[in-house]
Amino acid sequence: MMQALRRWETMLAAVLVLEFVTFSLLSPYFLDVDTLSDATFNFTERALVALPLALLIIAGEIDISVAGTIALASVAMGFAADAGAGTSTLLLIGLGTGLLAGCVNGALVTFARVPSIVATIGTMTLFRGIAYAALGDRVLKSYPPSFATFGQGYLAGPVSIELALFVVFAILFGAFLHGTRYGRAVYAIGANPVATRFAGIRVDRYRFALFAVTGLAAGLAAVLLTSRLGSTRPSIAQGWELEIISIVILGGISVWGGKGSILGVVLASLVFGLVTFGLGLMNIPGIVMSIFTGALLILVVAVPAWLGRR
Amino acid sequence: MMIWRQASDTQRRDISLALLTSLLVAAVTWEFPGFAAPHNLAGVFDDTAILIMLALGQMLVILVRGVDLSVAANLALCGMLAALFNRAFPGAGVWPVLLLSLGAGALLGAFNGVLVWKLRLPPIVVTLGTMSVYRGVIYLLSRGAWVNENEMSGAFVAFTRAQFLGLSTLSWLAIACAAAAVVLMRRSRVARNLYAAGGNPEAATYSGIDVGRMQFIAYVICGAIAGLCGYLWVARFAVAYTDIALGFELQVIAACLIGGVAITGGVGSALGVVLGCLFLGVIRSSLPLVGISAFWQMFINGVVILIAVLLGARQRRHARSILEAKA
Repeated sequence: MMQALRRWETMLAAVLVLEFVTFSLLSPYFLDVDTLSDATFNFTERALVALPLALLIIAGEIDISVAGTIALASVAMGFAADAGAGTSTLLLIGLGTGLLAGCVNGALVTFARVPSIVATIGTMTLFRGIAYAALGDRVLKSYPPSFATFGQGYLAGPVSIELALFVVFAILFGAFLHGTRYGRAVYAIGANPVATRFAGIRVDRYRFALFAVTGLAAGLAAVLLTSRLGSTRPSIAQGWELEIISIVILGGISVWGGKGSILGVVLASLVFGLVTFGLGLMNIPGIVMSIFTGALLILVVAVPAWLGRR
Repeated sequence: MMIWRQASDTQRRDISLALLTSLLVAAVTWEFPGFAAPHNLAGVFDDTAILIMLALGQMLVILVRGVDLSVAANLALCGMLAALFNRAFPGAGVWPVLLLSLGAGALLGAFNGVLVWKLRLPPIVVTLGTMSVYRGVIYLLSRGAWVNENEMSGAFVAFTRAQFLGLSTLSWLAIACAAAAVVLMRRSRVARNLYAAGGNPEAATYSGIDVGRMQFIAYVICGAIAGLCGYLWVARFAVAYTDIALGFELQVIAACLIGGVAITGGVGSALGVVLGCLFLGVIRSSLPLVGISAFWQMFINGVVILIAVLLGARQRRHARSILEAKA
């Protein structure tokens, strides 16, 4: 099994190299530090949510409300900014809203025993619905100038704050999942929740925590995205649940739970970010890219299933 | 009261939902006397007709433990196909359009169905993917342009609006679908197999029912209905573009869940689903009257879905916890 996993990640790395070669041949502007630095913004925010979502899917659950959470957190920040809140308050509100949304999901799944698919279809509709109800067709954009730092600032040279955050969190999540007994428990829960409970692991506590962390990450993504765009509409991050779930599954995380690695998710983020950036370079509109994202999602679940059948 | 005590849980639920909907109509009429006027109620029903048909199709999919998030995208794609076909052959009349949208919808549904049946992929992942692909294909087909009323033939638009006994063709189609569903879901063998496959897949397999095939059938029917509704939607609103019915799948799922379809499969009735649609339809058409903007619709769908699944989860725990020792 370890070999199969390794092969999946090797394949992703090969695809990544292929992408680099193709795009540098197609566009003379591609192999440039500034271009590549710009390209990272195509995936950093989504990938930050993909990391905890990967853990959630390994544990056999799913959260499709992540994009709704981003919209909710962005709207909350927008109203706070309208009321004159400073940058640090906005950051807290964004993260807090995300955490709260994640806790709602966690409570629905653990206390109310609602299957995570329906629970998060419900909260996805609810969160996005609150954003639309509160905002209608208005735009909120009275963010203080210093708020732009999160999404537009650079740490050093071409390394953006978003990219640095992604690298730090990827290492943290990788260390947690692959290096601690808590991470092993996450795999165990996904592989066999009943056996794991009998082994003395508090399964529901893990599930709740994973939903909460996923919500928190969506809140962070909302801060970064809102800061980068400088405005909030209720349709912000529309369709991102699809892209984030695609990244996770492309990363080799099994939709049936119990399998996958953080390295795969990181590679998948890069592959995904480069492809969308490359398609953008070739002037392909976003709605056509959604064909690609949707087909990719189906392919990465269908191919292993097809091979496994034989 | 006797009747109430003798009624099954499903019947009680249906009666409560019917009462709740009637109360809602009464309350809105109290404030706005014109609401309960026959022609206005006919209008409300006309607005709900497409939801009813889609929800009946979605019910079949949820019964076999699936979910179809791609219905609204399927509807939009088939609606665009119908509109483009009509623009290319304006003299062909309505029948080819009906067949085309029905057939195209069934094919799109079959694609979902094959992936779920043959590769056993999780329905949510499959339909999330196809939802996005189908929307993108509409853009490619139409090159992002709209098809407006002046590009549609008279017969194309008139079909849904023709009145018969005070109701539109669209409303009669929904009534026919609902009546057929109520009868077939109780009497037909396919329906019984669907319930069995969703209620207890292992037992169904042992009694000779191919569970995967039942899932496939459910997706095909759901897709065919969505395709037909695509034409009806485009004709009724006399416009086709990439984003029509965006997010409508959530309202369809909300209607099913509030109508008593259990997301865990095997439980649900056509009558309940129709009542759930009427409930949502009355809410939707009274929103502008009481001064709440249409932007609240999604919020209401979310609340409805969550209340329905919370009630469902509690019922399951009380009624079937002993049977479900495995979960």
